[in-house]
Amino acid sequence: MKRWMAMACAVLVATGAWAAREMSVQVREGQLRNRASFLGTVTGTVAYGDRVTVNQTQAGWCEVASAAGVSGWIHESALTPKRVVMSAAAGDVRSGASGEEIALAGKGFNKEVEAEYKSQNKNLDYTWIDWMGRQIVPEAQIVQFLKQGGLAQ
Amino acid sequence: MKSIFTIKGIGLAALLAPIVWLAAGCESMNQLAELGTGIAVATGSISTNEAASITRTTQAVTKTFQDITPEQEYYIGRTVAATVLLGYPPKPAEKLNDYVNLVGQSLAKFSARPETFGGYHFLVLDSDEINAFAAPGGLVLVTRGLLQCCQSEDELAAVLAHEIGHVEKLHGLRAIKTGRLNSALTILAVEGAKTFGGENLAEVTQAFDESINDITTTLMNSGYSRRLEYEADAAAVAILKKAGYQPGALAAMLENMQRNWNPTRKDFAATHPPPADRIQQLARVGVAATKDTNPTRQQRFLAAMKAL
Repeated sequence: MKRWMAMACAVLVATGAWAAREMSVQVREGQLRNRASFLGTVTGTVAYGDRVTVNQTQAGWCEVASAAGVSGWIHESALTPKRVVMSAAAGDVRSGASGEEIALAGKGFNKEVEAEYKSQNKNLDYTWIDWMGRQIVPEAQIVQFLKQGGLAQ
Repeated sequence: MKSIFTIKGIGLAALLAPIVWLAAGCESMNQLAELGTGIAVATGSISTNEAASITRTTQAVTKTFQDITPEQEYYIGRTVAATVLLGYPPKPAEKLNDYVNLVGQSLAKFSARPETFGGYHFLVLDSDEINAFAAPGGLVLVTRGLLQCCQSEDELAAVLAHEIGHVEKLHGLRAIKTGRLNSALTILAVEGAKTFGGENLAEVTQAFDESINDITTTLMNSGYSRRLEYEADAAAVAILKKAGYQPGALAAMLENMQRNWNPTRKDFAATHPPPADRIQQLARVGVAATKDTNPTRQQRFLAAMKAL
């Protein structure tokens, strides 16, 4: 009996038919797409800490619905099963959950620690690091680049 | 609000901290924390709920690099990259950097970890050394010398895909020595205020400093183990295949590198296995050197490389 149950679970997981579950966005901004690919059209965006409901999974991609009611596919690396707590106001979540269940946004190694470290290491210059962060190639340009180069479509 | 986020809670956590840090193993650490909280409950210092929270917090202390959130990884990566720039000036060639970002960010989309907190970004360093550095979170720095080892866009893609592989597999974070993060994660778990108190900030910054040192020492001096380098090569092959590039371009680039290889130099030679060993490893998984590419790719590669 146990073996049958385990097999049934494995099949459910493998087919992505597992019951809907909640996850949090763990990147600064994520895009929802109309198919399980970066080449899919963007249907909406989600922000760090947003909760989404995962309806199905497929080869590293999750089909989710955001609290705002937007649905789409997002890569699993953008999501965490932990609840991302954004502010001190959400104290009830912190006192009721363990460190394994939550991630405190903006805590630990953060902007404040970077500023403190920089004040102790005045030779460090983040100008080019900030510049790098601004180098974001637009999606349309990537799609065109791949197409023109005979690469993945 | 109850529990560990009160002054009393923080005070108790501070009392427990020496016990935690003195404990050698994970199990003993947890047992000691439970003992400590048990005493506090018995003496009426804290409630049972508070004790449960602190026990959970202490269990979190025993975690390692895997507990670093993508947001924290992002801040580590920024300072690791800034530290690398102390020894290697950037090459402010706009078209070249645009092209490297175009190739790199396209490749990152085919990685097993396409999403990081701040995304993947690339910068060319103005150095003849054959070298590249992948800071945690996706800041990739690659020298002119290494770009000169590339004869096609496919070979450049192979270099960048290898570095993306290091980010994907969290190799940088793995370089942080065990124990470095304990104090940071303890404070992370017990500190409820929006900003750190002075002592906590100093302690977390100390842990940050040690973590940055561990990573930059590995990236710039000691290098990763062979196993991790081969793992990054395997990740690169997977990315190249998915993106439509020639996976054999990695072996071809390594052949170019082998010709310029000087084992006495303090660059890639000091931090990476010899190219011949990596080529041999690739051959084992059926990846052989190829110069095949596509005319459009070759044309745009040669145009961008003029800035070298």
